[in-house]
Amino acid sequence: MTFPLYLRRSVLALALGAGVSGTAFAQERELLNSSYDIARELFAAINPEFQAHWKEEHGEEIEISQSHGGSSAQARAILQGLRADVVTFNQVTDVQVLADGGLVAEDWQDQFANNASPYYSTTAFLVRKDNPKNIENWDDLVREDVKMVFPNPKTSGNGRYTYLAAWGFAEEEFDGDEEQIHDFMRTFLRNVSVFDTGGRGATTSFIERGIGDVLISFESEVNNIRGEYGSDDYEVIVPPTSILAEFPVAVVGPNAERNGNEDLAQSYLEYLYTEETQRLLAGFNYRVHNETVVEEFSDRFPETKLLRVEDVFGSWNEAMETHFEGGALLDQLQRR
Amino acid sequence: MRTSAFSRLGSTRVLPGFGLSLGISLTFISLVLLLPLTGLFGQLADLSLAQYFTIITEGRVVASYMVTIGAAAVAALVNAVFGLLLAWVLVRYTFPGKRLLDALMDLPFALPTAVAGITLATLYSSNGWMGRLLEPLGFQVAYTWVGIALAMAFTSIPFVVRTVQPVLEDMPHEVDEAAMSLGATDGVAFRRVILPHLWPALVTGTGLAFVRSLGEFGAIIFIAGNMPYETEITALMIFVKLQEYDYAGASAIASVVLFVSLALLLAINIWQGRFIRRLHGGKG
Repeated sequence: MTFPLYLRRSVLALALGAGVSGTAFAQERELLNSSYDIARELFAAINPEFQAHWKEEHGEEIEISQSHGGSSAQARAILQGLRADVVTFNQVTDVQVLADGGLVAEDWQDQFANNASPYYSTTAFLVRKDNPKNIENWDDLVREDVKMVFPNPKTSGNGRYTYLAAWGFAEEEFDGDEEQIHDFMRTFLRNVSVFDTGGRGATTSFIERGIGDVLISFESEVNNIRGEYGSDDYEVIVPPTSILAEFPVAVVGPNAERNGNEDLAQSYLEYLYTEETQRLLAGFNYRVHNETVVEEFSDRFPETKLLRVEDVFGSWNEAMETHFEGGALLDQLQRR
Repeated sequence: MRTSAFSRLGSTRVLPGFGLSLGISLTFISLVLLLPLTGLFGQLADLSLAQYFTIITEGRVVASYMVTIGAAAVAALVNAVFGLLLAWVLVRYTFPGKRLLDALMDLPFALPTAVAGITLATLYSSNGWMGRLLEPLGFQVAYTWVGIALAMAFTSIPFVVRTVQPVLEDMPHEVDEAAMSLGATDGVAFRRVILPHLWPALVTGTGLAFVRSLGEFGAIIFIAGNMPYETEITALMIFVKLQEYDYAGASAIASVVLFVSLALLLAINIWQGRFIRRLHGGKG
C-alpha cells in the first residue's frame, strides 16, 4: 500500500526537519497573490479550487501563497520588492501605480475581460435592526440625528468609494451646483463618528463598539457581516444610486517571469472568470458578470444605478488629484 | 600576552579591548541607528526648503502636532506621578505578588501596541466595561483626546518606573529615616531629601515617556477616532502621506517629530550633566 503523496511529504518533513523539507518542496511552484485586506477568506476558498483545477489540467502540484494588507500598502510593498506574481486589488489606482512603475503592463485593463475586473461590488449601508433611523438613501445620512462609520478616504480605498458615491449622489441631486454639493459633502463628512484606517476597523467600530447608526462599506462586506453577526441584528440597505467598485486584477510581469510563473499567473486570473469561481464569488456577496450566475443570485443583489468613477470624475487619476491629494477637496471640506 | 600585545599598540587603558569594542559599537550604531536615519533624510532631498515648510506647516498637520504633543505631555506628567509611586511601592515595600507586579511593569514593552490599542478601545468604548460606567458621568474616553493620552500613558509607563527604580534602590532607608529623626515631617523628608536625589532619573524617565508617546501609532490609532483637526495624531499624518506614495512628505513630517524628540533628549542630557555636577559639589 502506498501512502498518498502529501502524507509521505509531511512524514519526510517531520523526519528531516523544516530545512530539508524546504528542498523537498522546492520543485513545487509557488504563486504569490497579493490582495487587499478583507479578501483573505475569499482567496482561502478560491485557492484550493484552482490548485485542484491546475493539477487536473497539468498534473502539477502548486502552492499558492496569499499576502493581504491595505491595497495601497500592498502596491507599495511590490514596488519595493515584494515578489508577488499577481495582484487582486480593490483599487484601480493601486494597479495603475504598479503600471507606472513598470511592473504591470501599460494596457493591463485590456488583458482580461471587463476592464480586468472579474467581479465588482458597490457601496452599501449596514443599519441596526429594523432600521430605527429610517436610512434609505444618501441624503438620510446628512440628517442631524444620524451618525455614521466608514473608513478614512485618506487611508482606505473603501473610504474613497464611499466619498465618491456620496459625491455622485449629490451631483445628481443638486444638478451639479457646486456650492450645494460642497455643503452636502461637508455635512456628510462631519456626521462621521470615527475614521478608521481600513474597512475591517470600521466594521469593528460599528459592530463591537456599537458606534454610529450606519456602517458604510462594500456591499459584499456588509452582507458578509450581516451573515456573520446575525441577520436579526442588522439590515443591509443598498441605496438607489451608488458607485461601481471594480476589483482589478493584473499579472506582475517581471516578478512572474523571474519566478517562472507566467503561465500560472495568467491561468490563475483567468480562472476567476470561470463559472464555478463566479458562483463562489457571488457566494461571498460580490457581484459578477457570468449571466447564469447573475440569474441564480438575482435576489441577493438588488438593482441599483451604479455610477462609474470614469463617468462622474473623468478618470481615477483625476478623482485622486481633485479630491484626495494633500490640500485637495477632501482636505478643504474637512477644514475647520 | 594579550594585554601586553594591546599595550604595545599604544593603549594606556587599564582594561584591554577598548579599540575593538569601540569599533564594534560604532559599526553597530551606524548600521542599526544611523543608516535608517540617513535613509530618512535622504528622502527629504527630493524637497526644496519651501516645499518642506509648506508640508510641515499645513493646517491639518499642525493641528495633529497640537493633539500629539498635548496628549503626550499629559501622559508623561501622569506617568511621572504614578510611575514614581509605582517605583516607590516596588522598592520600599514587600508584599505578596510583588515579583509579579514587577514583571508586569514591562508588559507594555512586550505587548504589540496594536493589541494594547484595540484592548483599550474595547474597554473604554460606550459599551465596554469602563466606558459603560464613565459615559453616564459625562466622561467620554474612547475616540476623544483623553483616549489618546490614555493609550500613550499605557505604552510609556515603563520608562518612568524603570529609570526611577534603580536610583531608589541605591538610596537606603536610612537617609529619610535620618531626616525624620532630625525632625523632618514626611513631606519635608520627601521634598528635601528624597526628591532631589530622584529628580534626574524622574526627569529622564518622563522625557523618554514623552518622546515615546510622540511616535506611538499602533496603540493610538484604534482609540483615537482620527477626526481631522480633533483627534488626528502626527503618526497618522505620516501614514496618510505614505498611502499617497508621498515618501518625501512623510519623511518631512517624521523629521519634525524627530527634531522635537532629539532636542528634548539633548536638553535633558545637558541639564542632567549640570545637575549631577552640582550634586557632587562641582567636582564631577
